[in-house]
Amino acid sequence: MDVKGLKEIAAQVRRDIVRMVHGVQSGHPGGSLGCTDYMVALYFDIMKYDTNFKMDGKGEDIFFLSNGHISPVFYSVLARAGYFPISELATFRKLNSRLQGHPTTHEHLPGVRIASGSLGQGLSVASGAALAKKLNNDDRTVYSLHGDGELQEGQNWEAIMFAAHHKIDNLIATIDVNGQQIDGPTNKVMGLGSLEEKFKAFGWHVLSIDGNDMEDVVKGLNAAKAASGKGKPVCILMHTIMGKGVKFMEGTHEWHGIAPNDKQLEEAMTLLPSTLGDY
Amino acid sequence: MLQDITILNEKETRGGFGEGIAEAGRRNPNVVALTADLAGSLKLNDFIKEFPERFIQCGIAEANMIGVAAGLTIGGKIPYTTTFANFSTSRVYDQIRQSVAYSNKNVKICASHAGLTLGEDGATHQVLEDIGMMKMLPGMTVIVPCDFNQTKAATIAIAEYEGPVYLRFGRPKWPNFTAEDQQFEIGKAQVLTEGTDVSIIACGHMVWLAVEAAKELAEKGISADLINIHTIKPLDEAAIIKSLTKTGCVVTAEEHQANGGLGDSVANVASQHCPVPHEYVAVMDTFGESGKPTDLLKKYGLTKEHIVEAAEKAVARKKGK
Repeated sequence: MDVKGLKEIAAQVRRDIVRMVHGVQSGHPGGSLGCTDYMVALYFDIMKYDTNFKMDGKGEDIFFLSNGHISPVFYSVLARAGYFPISELATFRKLNSRLQGHPTTHEHLPGVRIASGSLGQGLSVASGAALAKKLNNDDRTVYSLHGDGELQEGQNWEAIMFAAHHKIDNLIATIDVNGQQIDGPTNKVMGLGSLEEKFKAFGWHVLSIDGNDMEDVVKGLNAAKAASGKGKPVCILMHTIMGKGVKFMEGTHEWHGIAPNDKQLEEAMTLLPSTLGDY
Repeated sequence: MLQDITILNEKETRGGFGEGIAEAGRRNPNVVALTADLAGSLKLNDFIKEFPERFIQCGIAEANMIGVAAGLTIGGKIPYTTTFANFSTSRVYDQIRQSVAYSNKNVKICASHAGLTLGEDGATHQVLEDIGMMKMLPGMTVIVPCDFNQTKAATIAIAEYEGPVYLRFGRPKWPNFTAEDQQFEIGKAQVLTEGTDVSIIACGHMVWLAVEAAKELAEKGISADLINIHTIKPLDEAAIIKSLTKTGCVVTAEEHQANGGLGDSVANVASQHCPVPHEYVAVMDTFGESGKPTDLLKKYGLTKEHIVEAAEKAVARKKGK
Protein backbone atom coordinates (compact mmCIF):
# COMPACT_ATOMS: atom_id res chain seq x y z
CA MET A 1 0.00 0.00 0.00
CA ASP A 2 1.20 3.53 -0.69
CA VAL A 3 2.12 5.90 2.11
CA LYS A 4 -0.99 8.01 1.59
CA GLY A 5 -3.23 5.00 2.11
CA LEU A 6 -1.27 3.93 5.19
CA LYS A 7 -1.62 7.42 6.66
CA GLU A 8 -5.37 7.30 6.18
CA ILE A 9 -5.60 4.01 8.02
CA ALA A 10 -3.34 5.35 10.78
CA ALA A 11 -5.66 8.33 11.27
CA GLN A 12 -8.62 5.99 11.75
CA VAL A 13 -6.67 3.71 14.07
CA ARG A 14 -5.71 6.70 16.23
CA ARG A 15 -9.35 7.67 16.34
CA ASP A 16 -10.29 4.12 17.34
CA ILE A 17 -7.70 4.14 20.14
CA VAL A 18 -8.98 7.33 21.73
CA ARG A 19 -12.61 6.26 21.39
CA MET A 20 -11.94 2.80 22.85
CA VAL A 21 -10.10 4.17 25.86
CA HIS A 22 -12.71 6.88 26.35
CA GLY A 23 -15.53 4.36 25.99
CA VAL A 24 -14.43 2.34 29.00
CA GLN A 25 -12.59 5.17 30.80
CA SER A 26 -9.59 2.91 31.07
CA GLY A 27 -6.58 1.83 29.02
CA HIS A 28 -3.33 3.15 27.60
CA PRO A 29 -3.62 5.75 24.86
CA GLY A 30 -0.11 7.27 24.95
CA GLY A 31 2.02 4.37 23.74
CA SER A 32 -0.77 3.19 21.45
CA LEU A 33 -0.83 6.49 19.57
CA GLY A 34 2.96 6.57 19.37
CA CYS A 35 3.15 3.11 17.80
CA THR A 36 0.23 3.52 15.40
CA ASP A 37 2.28 4.27 12.30
CA TYR A 38 4.50 1.22 12.86
CA MET A 39 1.56 -1.10 13.48
CA VAL A 40 -0.29 0.13 10.40
CA ALA A 41 2.79 -0.17 8.17
CA LEU A 42 3.43 -3.68 9.49
CA TYR A 43 -0.09 -5.00 8.95
CA PHE A 44 -1.02 -3.10 5.80
CA ASP A 45 2.24 -3.12 3.88
CA ILE A 46 5.03 -5.28 5.29
CA MET A 47 3.69 -8.55 6.67
CA LYS A 48 2.25 -11.46 4.74
CA TYR A 49 -0.48 -13.13 6.78
CA ASP A 50 -3.85 -14.81 6.68
CA THR A 51 -6.76 -13.27 8.62
CA ASN A 52 -8.28 -16.76 8.70
CA PHE A 53 -6.30 -17.12 11.89
CA LYS A 54 -4.22 -20.18 12.63
CA MET A 55 -2.14 -20.25 15.79
CA ASP A 56 0.91 -21.85 14.15
CA GLY A 57 1.22 -19.12 11.52
CA LYS A 58 3.12 -21.50 9.23
CA GLY A 59 4.10 -19.79 6.01
CA GLU A 60 3.07 -16.43 7.47
CA ASP A 61 4.89 -13.50 8.99
CA ILE A 62 3.86 -13.27 12.62
CA PHE A 63 3.88 -10.47 15.17
CA PHE A 64 4.20 -10.38 18.95
CA LEU A 65 3.29 -7.42 21.12
CA SER A 66 5.46 -7.53 24.22
CA ASN A 67 4.33 -4.23 25.76
CA GLY A 68 0.79 -5.54 26.02
CA HIS A 69 -0.66 -2.40 27.58
CA ILE A 70 -0.78 -0.78 24.15
CA SER A 71 -3.54 -3.23 23.32
CA PRO A 72 -5.81 -0.49 21.86
CA VAL A 73 -3.57 -0.01 18.82
CA PHE A 74 -3.12 -3.80 18.45
CA TYR A 75 -6.85 -4.46 18.57
CA SER A 76 -7.75 -1.63 16.22
CA VAL A 77 -5.17 -2.74 13.66
CA LEU A 78 -6.21 -6.40 13.90
CA ALA A 79 -9.86 -5.46 13.40
CA ARG A 80 -9.13 -3.05 10.57
CA ALA A 81 -6.96 -5.73 8.94
CA GLY A 82 -9.91 -8.13 9.01
CA TYR A 83 -9.13 -10.53 11.86
CA PHE A 84 -12.45 -9.76 13.60
CA PRO A 85 -15.37 -7.34 13.18
CA ILE A 86 -14.55 -3.70 13.96
CA SER A 87 -17.77 -3.50 15.97
CA GLU A 88 -16.05 -5.65 18.57
CA LEU A 89 -13.72 -2.76 19.39
CA ALA A 90 -16.62 -1.32 21.42
CA THR A 91 -16.23 -4.20 23.91
CA PHE A 92 -12.64 -3.25 24.85
CA ARG A 93 -11.94 -3.93 28.54
CA LYS A 94 -15.57 -4.72 29.26
CA LEU A 95 -16.98 -7.85 30.90
CA ASN A 96 -17.16 -10.94 28.65
CA SER A 97 -15.02 -9.35 25.94
CA ARG A 98 -12.32 -11.01 23.86
CA LEU A 99 -10.56 -7.64 23.97
CA GLN A 100 -9.04 -7.95 27.43
CA GLY A 101 -7.13 -5.10 29.03
CA HIS A 102 -3.95 -6.81 27.93
CA PRO A 103 -3.85 -9.15 24.91
CA THR A 104 -4.44 -12.80 25.58
CA THR A 105 -4.99 -16.05 23.75
CA HIS A 106 -7.30 -17.12 26.56
CA GLU A 107 -10.43 -15.71 24.91
CA HIS A 108 -9.27 -16.87 21.46
CA LEU A 109 -9.12 -13.44 19.84
CA PRO A 110 -7.89 -14.01 16.27
CA GLY A 111 -4.46 -12.48 15.67
CA VAL A 112 -3.13 -12.90 19.21
CA ARG A 113 -0.59 -15.68 19.79
CA ILE A 114 0.57 -15.04 23.35
CA ALA A 115 -0.58 -13.24 26.46
CA SER A 116 1.43 -10.14 27.29
CA GLY A 117 1.16 -7.44 29.89
CA SER A 118 3.60 -8.56 32.52
CA LEU A 119 6.54 -6.92 30.81
CA GLY A 120 9.76 -8.29 29.41
CA GLN A 121 8.56 -11.68 28.17
CA GLY A 122 7.78 -11.01 24.52
CA LEU A 123 11.29 -11.13 23.12
CA SER A 124 11.84 -14.62 24.51
CA VAL A 125 8.58 -15.78 22.98
CA ALA A 126 9.36 -14.15 19.64
CA SER A 127 12.81 -15.79 19.67
CA GLY A 128 11.23 -19.19 20.30
CA ALA A 129 8.69 -18.68 17.53
CA ALA A 130 11.46 -17.63 15.16
CA LEU A 131 13.47 -20.73 16.09
CA ALA A 132 10.43 -22.88 15.40
CA LYS A 133 10.20 -21.32 11.93
CA LYS A 134 13.81 -22.27 11.30
CA LEU A 135 13.20 -25.84 12.51
CA ASN A 136 10.16 -25.99 10.22
CA ASN A 137 12.08 -24.58 7.23
CA ASP A 138 9.58 -21.72 7.17
CA ASP A 139 11.32 -18.69 5.70
CA ARG A 140 8.85 -16.05 6.90
CA THR A 141 9.75 -13.44 9.52
CA VAL A 142 8.85 -12.88 13.16
CA TYR A 143 8.25 -9.27 14.22
CA SER A 144 7.99 -8.02 17.77
CA LEU A 145 7.38 -4.72 19.52
CA HIS A 146 8.70 -3.67 22.93
CA GLY A 147 8.63 -0.54 25.04
CA ASP A 148 11.89 1.21 25.88
CA GLY A 149 11.02 1.28 29.59
CA GLU A 150 10.28 -2.42 29.26
CA LEU A 151 13.96 -3.05 28.58
CA GLN A 152 14.55 -2.45 32.27
CA GLU A 153 13.23 -6.00 32.76
CA GLY A 154 16.25 -8.30 32.90
CA GLN A 155 14.66 -11.10 30.89
CA ASN A 156 15.02 -8.95 27.77
CA TRP A 157 18.78 -9.08 28.06
CA GLU A 158 18.69 -12.84 28.44
CA ALA A 159 16.68 -12.96 25.22
CA ILE A 160 18.92 -10.45 23.44
CA MET A 161 21.92 -12.64 24.27
CA PHE A 162 20.05 -15.80 23.28
CA ALA A 163 18.86 -14.53 19.90
CA ALA A 164 22.35 -13.42 18.91
CA HIS A 165 24.01 -16.62 20.15
CA HIS A 166 21.59 -18.79 18.20
CA LYS A 167 21.81 -16.53 15.12
CA ILE A 168 18.06 -15.98 15.05
CA ASP A 169 18.17 -13.79 11.96
CA ASN A 170 14.50 -14.16 11.04
CA LEU A 171 13.55 -11.92 13.95
CA ILE A 172 12.97 -8.17 13.70
CA ALA A 173 12.45 -6.66 17.15
CA THR A 174 11.35 -3.06 17.33
CA ILE A 175 11.85 -0.91 20.41
CA ASP A 176 9.42 1.95 20.88
CA VAL A 177 11.84 4.61 22.04
CA ASN A 178 9.48 7.27 23.37
CA GLY A 179 11.61 8.09 26.40
CA GLN A 180 8.63 7.92 28.75
CA GLN A 181 7.34 5.51 31.35
CA ILE A 182 4.74 5.58 34.12
CA ASP A 183 6.82 7.39 36.71
CA GLY A 184 8.34 9.92 34.30
CA PRO A 185 11.01 10.29 31.62
CA THR A 186 12.92 7.03 31.15
CA ASN A 187 16.27 8.76 31.67
CA LYS A 188 15.10 9.91 35.07
CA VAL A 189 13.42 6.68 36.16
CA MET A 190 16.15 4.27 35.04
CA GLY A 191 18.41 5.44 32.26
CA LEU A 192 18.96 2.96 29.43
CA GLY A 193 22.16 4.49 28.09
CA SER A 194 22.85 3.94 24.41
CA LEU A 195 20.49 1.26 23.17
CA GLU A 196 22.28 1.23 19.86
CA GLU A 197 25.61 0.42 21.45
CA LYS A 198 24.04 -2.09 23.80
CA PHE A 199 22.28 -4.05 21.04
CA LYS A 200 25.36 -3.92 18.84
CA ALA A 201 27.56 -5.13 21.66
CA PHE A 202 25.18 -8.09 22.09
CA GLY A 203 25.63 -8.94 18.40
CA TRP A 204 22.50 -7.51 16.81
CA HIS A 205 22.10 -5.55 13.59
CA VAL A 206 20.67 -2.18 14.63
CA LEU A 207 18.91 0.55 12.72
CA SER A 208 17.06 3.68 13.79
CA ILE A 209 13.89 5.19 12.37
CA ASP A 210 11.45 8.00 13.00
CA GLY A 211 8.43 6.00 14.10
CA ASN A 212 5.98 8.77 13.42
CA ASP A 213 7.03 9.44 9.83
CA MET A 214 5.16 6.84 7.77
CA GLU A 215 7.64 7.03 4.91
CA ASP A 216 10.54 6.43 7.26
CA VAL A 217 8.70 3.59 9.01
CA VAL A 218 8.08 1.75 5.73
CA LYS A 219 11.62 2.40 4.58
CA GLY A 220 13.01 1.24 7.92
CA LEU A 221 10.97 -1.95 7.99
CA ASN A 222 12.08 -2.78 4.45
CA ALA A 223 15.70 -2.09 5.42
CA ALA A 224 15.26 -4.40 8.41
CA LYS A 225 13.88 -7.10 6.14
CA ALA A 226 16.86 -6.68 3.84
CA ALA A 227 19.20 -6.99 6.83
CA SER A 228 17.57 -10.17 8.07
CA GLY A 229 18.78 -13.62 7.08
CA LYS A 230 22.40 -12.65 7.54
CA GLY A 231 23.24 -14.36 10.80
CA LYS A 232 22.12 -11.60 13.15
CA PRO A 233 18.81 -10.69 14.73
CA VAL A 234 17.66 -7.22 13.73
CA CYS A 235 16.69 -4.41 16.08
CA ILE A 236 14.83 -1.28 15.02
CA LEU A 237 15.17 1.61 17.45
CA MET A 238 11.97 3.40 16.65
CA HIS A 239 11.82 6.96 17.92
CA THR A 240 8.27 8.00 18.62
CA ILE A 241 6.31 10.64 20.44
CA MET A 242 4.02 9.22 23.08
CA GLY A 243 0.46 10.33 22.38
CA LYS A 244 1.30 11.26 18.76
CA GLY A 245 -1.64 12.77 16.90
CA VAL A 246 -3.52 14.10 19.88
CA LYS A 247 -1.78 17.37 20.68
CA PHE A 248 -2.60 17.51 24.37
CA MET A 249 -1.37 13.96 24.89
CA GLU A 250 1.92 14.31 23.05
CA GLY A 251 5.35 13.84 24.59
CA THR A 252 4.35 13.22 28.18
CA HIS A 253 4.09 10.18 30.42
CA GLU A 254 0.93 11.69 31.91
CA TRP A 255 -1.13 9.97 29.22
CA HIS A 256 0.50 6.55 29.64
CA GLY A 257 -2.52 4.95 31.24
CA ILE A 258 -5.41 7.37 31.62
CA ALA A 259 -8.53 7.99 29.58
CA PRO A 260 -9.75 11.27 28.11
CA ASN A 261 -12.98 12.78 29.45
CA ASP A 262 -15.89 13.76 27.16
CA LYS A 263 -14.50 17.21 26.42
CA GLN A 264 -11.02 15.86 25.70
CA LEU A 265 -12.52 13.21 23.44
CA GLU A 266 -14.30 15.91 21.50
CA GLU A 267 -11.06 17.84 21.09
CA ALA A 268 -9.19 14.71 20.03
CA MET A 269 -11.85 13.86 17.45
CA THR A 270 -11.38 17.25 15.76
CA LEU A 271 -7.68 16.37 15.39
CA LEU A 272 -8.31 12.88 14.01
CA PRO A 273 -10.55 12.68 10.94
CA SER A 274 -12.59 9.54 10.42
CA THR A 275 -11.13 8.13 7.22
CA LEU A 276 -12.61 4.63 7.21
CA GLY A 277 -15.69 5.10 9.33
CA ASP A 278 -15.96 4.62 13.09
CA TYR A 279 -16.79 1.29 14.70
CA MET B 1 -0.08 -58.22 46.55
CA LEU B 2 1.96 -56.07 48.85
CA GLN B 3 4.68 -58.67 49.28
CA ASP B 4 5.11 -58.85 45.51
CA ILE B 5 6.20 -55.23 45.32
CA THR B 6 9.95 -55.51 45.29
CA ILE B 7 12.93 -53.46 44.22
CA LEU B 8 14.08 -54.17 40.66
CA ASN B 9 17.16 -52.00 41.02
CA GLU B 10 18.17 -48.56 42.29
CA LYS B 11 18.20 -45.77 39.74
CA GLU B 12 17.80 -42.01 39.62
CA THR B 13 14.37 -40.79 38.53
CA ARG B 14 16.15 -38.14 36.43
CA GLY B 15 17.75 -41.03 34.54
CA GLY B 16 14.25 -42.20 33.69
CA PHE B 17 13.58 -38.72 32.37
CA GLY B 18 16.71 -38.86 30.22
CA GLU B 19 15.70 -42.19 28.67
CA GLY B 20 12.13 -40.99 28.34
CA ILE B 21 12.88 -37.79 26.47
CA ALA B 22 15.18 -39.63 24.06
CA GLU B 23 12.35 -42.07 23.35
CA ALA B 24 9.80 -39.25 23.04
CA GLY B 25 12.20 -37.64 20.57
CA ARG B 26 12.31 -40.82 18.51
CA ARG B 27 8.54 -41.11 18.46
CA ASN B 28 7.75 -37.48 17.70
CA PRO B 29 9.90 -35.19 15.54
CA ASN B 30 8.37 -32.12 17.16
CA VAL B 31 9.87 -32.85 20.57
CA VAL B 32 12.65 -30.38 21.36
CA ALA B 33 14.78 -30.15 24.51
CA LEU B 34 15.85 -26.94 26.18
CA THR B 35 18.17 -26.54 29.12
CA ALA B 36 19.57 -23.77 31.27
CA ASP B 37 23.12 -25.12 31.55
CA LEU B 38 22.07 -28.41 33.15
CA ALA B 39 22.01 -30.86 30.24
CA GLY B 40 24.24 -33.31 32.13
CA SER B 41 22.30 -33.17 35.38
CA LEU B 42 19.04 -33.77 33.52
CA LYS B 43 20.56 -36.69 31.58
CA LEU B 44 19.96 -35.23 28.14
CA ASN B 45 23.05 -36.91 26.68
CA ASP B 46 21.19 -39.47 24.58
CA PHE B 47 18.71 -36.92 23.24
CA ILE B 48 21.49 -34.50 22.29
CA LYS B 49 23.47 -37.24 20.59
CA GLU B 50 20.53 -38.40 18.50
CA PHE B 51 18.87 -35.04 17.85
CA PRO B 52 21.49 -32.29 18.07
CA GLU B 53 19.40 -29.94 15.92
CA ARG B 54 16.47 -30.30 18.34
CA PHE B 55 18.49 -29.39 21.42
CA ILE B 56 18.50 -25.74 22.46
CA GLN B 57 21.01 -24.57 25.03
CA CYS B 58 19.70 -21.47 26.83
CA GLY B 59 22.55 -20.80 29.23
CA ILE B 60 21.87 -19.78 32.81
CA ALA B 61 18.76 -17.81 31.90
CA GLU B 62 15.66 -19.69 32.98
CA ALA B 63 13.16 -16.88 32.44
CA ASN B 64 14.16 -16.64 28.80
CA MET B 65 14.06 -20.42 28.46
CA ILE B 66 10.39 -20.51 29.51
CA GLY B 67 9.51 -17.76 27.03
CA VAL B 68 11.45 -19.41 24.21
CA ALA B 69 9.63 -22.65 24.94
CA ALA B 70 6.27 -20.86 24.77
CA GLY B 71 7.29 -19.39 21.42
CA LEU B 72 8.41 -22.77 20.07
CA THR B 73 4.95 -24.24 20.70
CA ILE B 74 3.45 -21.68 18.35
CA GLY B 75 5.27 -23.35 15.47
CA GLY B 76 3.99 -26.75 16.61
CA LYS B 77 7.02 -27.83 18.61
CA ILE B 78 6.75 -29.73 21.90
CA PRO B 79 9.42 -28.14 24.07
CA TYR B 80 10.69 -29.82 27.23
CA THR B 81 12.45 -27.27 29.46
CA THR B 82 14.98 -28.73 31.82
CA THR B 83 16.62 -27.44 34.97
CA PHE B 84 16.43 -27.99 38.73
CA ALA B 85 12.96 -27.83 40.24
CA ASN B 86 13.64 -24.59 42.05
CA PHE B 87 14.74 -22.80 38.87
CA SER B 88 11.88 -24.44 36.96
CA THR B 89 9.20 -22.94 39.17
CA SER B 90 9.71 -20.25 41.80
CA ARG B 91 12.39 -18.48 39.80
CA VAL B 92 10.21 -18.22 36.71
CA TYR B 93 6.71 -18.28 38.13
CA ASP B 94 5.42 -15.19 36.35
CA GLN B 95 6.88 -16.34 33.04
CA ILE B 96 5.09 -19.67 33.44
CA ARG B 97 1.91 -17.98 34.58
CA GLN B 98 1.61 -15.56 31.67
CA SER B 99 3.50 -17.09 28.74
CA VAL B 100 2.67 -20.75 29.40
CA ALA B 101 -0.37 -21.31 31.64
CA TYR B 102 -2.54 -18.29 30.77
CA SER B 103 -1.46 -18.58 27.14
CA ASN B 104 -2.20 -22.34 27.26
CA LYS B 105 1.05 -23.34 25.58
CA ASN B 106 2.12 -26.94 25.13
CA VAL B 107 5.28 -26.61 27.23
CA LYS B 108 6.61 -29.49 29.34
CA ILE B 109 8.40 -28.05 32.36
CA CYS B 110 10.70 -30.82 33.52
CA ALA B 111 12.23 -30.37 36.94
CA SER B 112 14.92 -32.44 38.56
CA HIS B 113 16.54 -32.28 42.02
CA ALA B 114 13.21 -31.57 43.69
CA GLY B 115 12.84 -31.73 47.43
CA LEU B 116 15.18 -32.53 50.30
CA THR B 117 16.83 -35.46 48.53
CA LEU B 118 18.83 -33.02 46.45
CA GLY B 119 21.02 -33.22 49.54
CA GLU B 120 24.22 -31.35 50.20
CA ASP B 121 23.50 -28.24 48.08
CA GLY B 122 21.09 -27.17 50.80
CA ALA B 123 17.93 -25.13 51.09
CA THR B 124 18.64 -22.68 48.25
CA HIS B 125 18.20 -25.57 45.84
CA GLN B 126 15.76 -27.79 47.75
CA VAL B 127 12.47 -26.48 46.51
CA LEU B 128 9.61 -27.72 48.71
CA GLU B 129 6.88 -25.41 47.43
CA ASP B 130 6.80 -26.26 43.73
CA ILE B 131 3.86 -28.66 43.71
CA GLY B 132 1.74 -26.04 45.42
CA MET B 133 2.81 -23.25 43.09
CA MET B 134 2.26 -25.27 39.97
CA LYS B 135 -1.04 -26.85 40.91
CA MET B 136 -2.50 -23.43 41.61
CA LEU B 137 -2.08 -22.38 37.99
CA PRO B 138 -5.28 -22.93 35.99
CA GLY B 139 -4.82 -25.55 33.29
CA MET B 140 -1.49 -26.83 34.56
CA THR B 141 -1.03 -30.60 34.83
CA VAL B 142 1.26 -31.62 37.71
CA ILE B 143 2.98 -35.00 37.62
CA VAL B 144 5.26 -36.48 40.29
CA PRO B 145 6.27 -40.02 39.29
CA CYS B 146 7.62 -42.37 41.95
CA ASP B 147 10.61 -44.12 40.37
CA PHE B 148 12.83 -44.50 37.32
CA ASN B 149 10.44 -46.61 35.27
CA GLN B 150 7.48 -44.41 35.99
CA THR B 151 9.39 -41.22 35.28
CA LYS B 152 10.42 -42.64 31.92
CA ALA B 153 6.85 -43.64 31.11
CA ALA B 154 5.50 -40.25 32.18
CA THR B 155 8.12 -38.40 30.13
CA ILE B 156 7.00 -40.29 27.03
CA ALA B 157 3.30 -39.88 27.82
CA ILE B 158 3.32 -36.09 28.22
CA ALA B 159 4.41 -35.59 24.61
CA GLU B 160 1.09 -37.11 23.54
CA TYR B 161 -0.88 -34.79 25.82
CA GLU B 162 -1.67 -31.28 24.53
CA GLY B 163 -1.24 -28.64 27.23
CA PRO B 164 1.20 -27.34 29.84
CA VAL B 165 2.71 -29.94 32.16
CA TYR B 166 4.93 -29.76 35.22
CA LEU B 167 6.95 -32.97 35.63
CA ARG B 168 8.81 -33.28 38.92
CA PHE B 169 11.54 -35.81 39.68
CA GLY B 170 14.70 -36.09 41.70
CA ARG B 171 18.40 -36.51 42.02
CA PRO B 172 19.35 -39.59 44.08
CA LYS B 173 19.40 -43.26 43.26
CA TRP B 174 16.13 -44.62 44.56
CA PRO B 175 14.33 -47.97 44.56
CA ASN B 176 12.90 -48.67 41.12
CA PHE B 177 9.92 -50.97 41.51
CA THR B 178 7.14 -50.20 39.03
CA ALA B 179 6.87 -52.12 35.78
CA GLU B 180 9.30 -51.33 33.01
CA ASP B 181 6.61 -51.68 30.35
CA GLN B 182 3.93 -49.65 32.15
CA GLN B 183 1.53 -47.40 30.29
CA PHE B 184 1.42 -44.06 32.03
CA GLU B 185 -2.06 -42.64 32.28
CA ILE B 186 -2.16 -38.96 33.28
CA GLY B 187 -4.63 -38.34 36.09
CA LYS B 188 -5.12 -42.00 37.00
CA ALA B 189 -4.18 -43.03 40.51
CA GLN B 190 -2.11 -46.19 40.85
CA VAL B 191 -3.49 -48.49 43.54
CA LEU B 192 -0.48 -50.47 44.72
CA THR B 193 -2.25 -52.61 47.25
CA GLU B 194 -5.74 -52.77 48.68
CA GLY B 195 -6.41 -52.63 52.40
CA THR B 196 -9.14 -51.80 54.87
CA ASP B 197 -7.73 -49.96 57.90
CA VAL B 198 -5.95 -46.88 56.60
CA SER B 199 -5.36 -45.17 53.26
CA ILE B 200 -1.78 -44.21 52.52
CA ILE B 201 -1.53 -41.78 49.65
CA ALA B 202 1.92 -40.77 48.47
CA CYS B 203 3.80 -39.26 45.55
CA GLY B 204 7.38 -39.25 44.27
CA HIS B 205 10.17 -40.75 46.34
CA MET B 206 7.77 -41.19 49.27
CA VAL B 207 5.86 -43.92 47.45
CA TRP B 208 8.56 -46.52 48.01
CA LEU B 209 8.78 -45.55 51.68
CA ALA B 210 5.00 -45.95 51.84
CA VAL B 211 5.34 -49.47 50.40
CA GLU B 212 7.83 -50.34 53.14
CA ALA B 213 5.58 -48.74 55.74
CA ALA B 214 2.60 -50.75 54.51
CA LYS B 215 4.61 -53.94 54.85
CA GLU B 216 5.53 -53.07 58.42
CA LEU B 217 1.95 -52.10 59.22
CA ALA B 218 0.77 -55.44 57.85
CA GLU B 219 3.02 -57.19 60.33
CA LYS B 220 1.38 -55.13 63.06
CA GLY B 221 -2.05 -56.19 61.85
CA ILE B 222 -2.94 -52.90 60.14
CA SER B 223 -4.10 -53.28 56.57
CA ALA B 224 -3.19 -50.31 54.35
CA ASP B 225 -4.85 -49.19 51.15
CA LEU B 226 -1.85 -47.85 49.30
CA ILE B 227 -2.21 -45.35 46.47
CA ASN B 228 0.45 -43.71 44.33
CA ILE B 229 -0.89 -40.35 43.21
CA HIS B 230 1.57 -39.66 40.40
CA THR B 231 -0.70 -36.97 38.99
CA ILE B 232 -1.45 -34.31 41.57
CA LYS B 233 -3.46 -32.35 39.05
CA PRO B 234 -5.87 -33.34 37.64
CA LEU B 235 -6.42 -35.36 40.80
CA ASP B 236 -8.06 -38.79 40.66
CA GLU B 237 -10.79 -37.79 43.11
CA ALA B 238 -12.82 -40.95 42.56
CA ALA B 239 -9.92 -43.16 43.66
CA ILE B 240 -9.39 -41.05 46.77
CA ILE B 241 -13.06 -41.00 47.73
CA LYS B 242 -13.33 -44.73 47.20
CA SER B 243 -10.32 -45.44 49.40
CA LEU B 244 -11.17 -43.00 52.20
CA THR B 245 -14.77 -44.18 52.31
CA LYS B 246 -13.51 -47.72 52.72
CA THR B 247 -10.76 -47.15 55.31
CA GLY B 248 -12.06 -44.14 57.22
CA CYS B 249 -8.66 -42.51 57.75
CA VAL B 250 -5.71 -41.37 55.68
CA VAL B 251 -2.00 -40.62 55.71
CA THR B 252 -0.48 -38.51 52.94
CA ALA B 253 3.25 -38.58 52.30
CA GLU B 254 5.21 -36.19 50.13
CA GLU B 255 8.64 -34.59 49.82
CA HIS B 256 7.11 -31.12 49.92
CA GLN B 257 5.72 -28.55 52.30
CA ALA B 258 2.53 -29.68 54.03
CA ASN B 259 1.13 -26.32 52.90
CA GLY B 260 -0.25 -26.62 49.41
CA GLY B 261 1.03 -30.06 48.50
CA LEU B 262 -0.49 -33.49 47.83
CA GLY B 263 -1.87 -33.66 51.38
CA ASP B 264 -3.84 -30.47 50.91
CA SER B 265 -5.19 -31.72 47.59
CA VAL B 266 -6.39 -34.90 49.32
CA ALA B 267 -7.81 -32.89 52.24
CA ASN B 268 -9.71 -30.72 49.78
CA VAL B 269 -11.43 -33.77 48.31
CA ALA B 270 -11.98 -35.38 51.70
CA SER B 271 -13.50 -32.29 53.29
CA GLN B 272 -16.12 -32.12 50.55
CA HIS B 273 -16.92 -35.80 50.11
CA CYS B 274 -15.66 -37.98 52.95
CA PRO B 275 -14.06 -36.15 55.89
CA VAL B 276 -11.83 -38.56 57.83
CA PRO B 277 -8.89 -38.28 60.26
CA HIS B 278 -5.86 -37.23 58.17
CA GLU B 279 -2.19 -37.28 59.13
CA TYR B 280 0.45 -35.48 57.07
CA VAL B 281 3.94 -36.77 56.43
CA ALA B 282 5.49 -33.68 54.86
CA VAL B 283 7.83 -30.80 55.58
CA MET B 284 6.29 -28.60 58.23
CA ASP B 285 6.69 -24.97 57.19
CA THR B 286 10.46 -24.89 57.27
CA PHE B 287 13.37 -24.74 54.84
CA GLY B 288 15.74 -27.66 54.40
CA GLU B 289 19.52 -27.70 54.88
CA SER B 290 22.69 -29.43 53.68
CA GLY B 291 23.13 -33.10 54.42
CA LYS B 292 22.86 -36.59 52.99
CA PRO B 293 19.42 -37.30 51.51
CA THR B 294 18.59 -40.08 53.95
CA ASP B 295 19.73 -38.01 56.94
CA LEU B 296 17.61 -35.09 55.74
CA LEU B 297 14.54 -37.27 55.30
CA LYS B 298 15.03 -38.52 58.85
CA LYS B 299 15.51 -35.06 60.35
CA TYR B 300 12.51 -33.57 58.56
CA GLY B 301 10.17 -36.45 59.30
CA LEU B 302 9.94 -38.19 55.93
CA THR B 303 10.81 -41.84 56.60
CA LYS B 304 9.08 -45.20 56.61
CA GLU B 305 8.93 -44.95 60.41
CA HIS B 306 7.15 -41.60 60.21
CA ILE B 307 4.57 -43.06 57.84
CA VAL B 308 3.99 -46.05 60.13
CA GLU B 309 3.60 -43.76 63.13
CA ALA B 310 1.24 -41.49 61.23
CA ALA B 311 -0.85 -44.46 60.14
CA GLU B 312 -1.16 -45.75 63.68
CA LYS B 313 -2.18 -42.30 64.83
CA ALA B 314 -4.77 -42.00 62.05
CA VAL B 315 -6.23 -45.39 62.90
CA ALA B 316 -6.38 -44.45 66.60
CA ARG B 317 -8.14 -41.17 65.78
CA LYS B 318 -10.65 -43.06 63.67
CA LYS B 319 -11.41 -45.27 66.66
CA GLY B 320 -11.83 -42.16 68.79
CA LYS B 321 -8.75 -42.78 70.89
